[in-house]
Amino acid sequence: MIYLQLYYEFFQAGLFAVGGGLATLPFLYDISDRTSWFTYEQLADMIAISESTPGAIGINMSTYAGYMAAGIPGGIVASLGLITPAVIIIVIVAQFLNKFKDNQYVQAIFYGLRPASTALIAAAGFAVVMIDLVHVDLFQMTGSFIDLINWRALILAIVLFYLSNHVRLTKNLHPVIFIAFAAAIGIIFNFAEVAL
Amino acid sequence: MKDLFELFITFARIGGLTFGGGYAMLPILQREVVDIKKWTTTEELMDYYAIGQTTPGLIAVNTATFIGQRYRGTLGGVVATFGVIFPSLFIISIIAMFMNNFEDSIVLQNAFAGIRVSVYVLILNAVIKLWKKSIVDKVGLLIFLLIFSLSIFTSLSPVLFVIGAGIIGLLTKMQRGERLK
Repeated sequence: MIYLQLYYEFFQAGLFAVGGGLATLPFLYDISDRTSWFTYEQLADMIAISESTPGAIGINMSTYAGYMAAGIPGGIVASLGLITPAVIIIVIVAQFLNKFKDNQYVQAIFYGLRPASTALIAAAGFAVVMIDLVHVDLFQMTGSFIDLINWRALILAIVLFYLSNHVRLTKNLHPVIFIAFAAAIGIIFNFAEVAL
Repeated sequence: MKDLFELFITFARIGGLTFGGGYAMLPILQREVVDIKKWTTTEELMDYYAIGQTTPGLIAVNTATFIGQRYRGTLGGVVATFGVIFPSLFIISIIAMFMNNFEDSIVLQNAFAGIRVSVYVLILNAVIKLWKKSIVDKVGLLIFLLIFSLSIFTSLSPVLFVIGAGIIGLLTKMQRGERLK
């Protein structure tokens, strides 16, 4: 029963992913490892679409991932699975908000969780970057160090990082604009070709 | 019933207007829920965000549940959450449907190869922001380095890392507390 399995998998992600939508990423990679629902490459596309369409990134990703596994009902079931633990937990937390805020044990657990969620997100990012920026296969074939790195992608990444952090005119632009710019560059310079 | 409908519509609008996830939702929430509807205050909104970032689940969903619960009880929390996810379900289902037809398009493949690069940069920017907020001392740095390398070099479940980090946080604070006494 794929719907039950989808609900269970995303329920688990919703229960353990602390720190917002991107924190669900490592769980999606984990699901990709264990099922044939979607590949790492499809996940990267899902992230791009989820970031550039309206709504919570986590829900966008669960809808997309669920759709890949079992169509529109799959997308709905996966999203419901993802939000169920949060809704239950927050309803309880909201009722005890004041006690909860001052509880030192809970504060202590959060103190450990924040760097953990940052690390999980960083590692998830690192895993996908390695697929696109470093071409071990091509390097092994040609033996040339120039082929080890996807230079076009690396240069685009450096330019985008610079524009989104250090140029006053562009650093507060909406992420959609950077995504659209990267899409145009990808089309103009045949970015998909490089990966082959 | 009218209250619940209003909750649903308001949060569906918030979900539909937010580009870029939980962080980007804050200014829209302030406008819709604090200024217009007066269901909560800016201070409370900040509390919800802080808690939403450190409890499991999505920040947008956690915040919607908090405000809905506050305004109309548990049912309100559930209705607000359905509202905030509704645009995503609708829009992404349509996009996913069309993506299947365009899977062989070279233009789209090139576009997505470019888009992926921008996503890495956006994730890097997000991680830098999170780093500034979450790595506040040596223990935090240690937890970060440990989990970052274990995630890359092992295939252990992230669930273990989250539970382990919570335990480390608890033990560290308890040890420090004892020293203070």
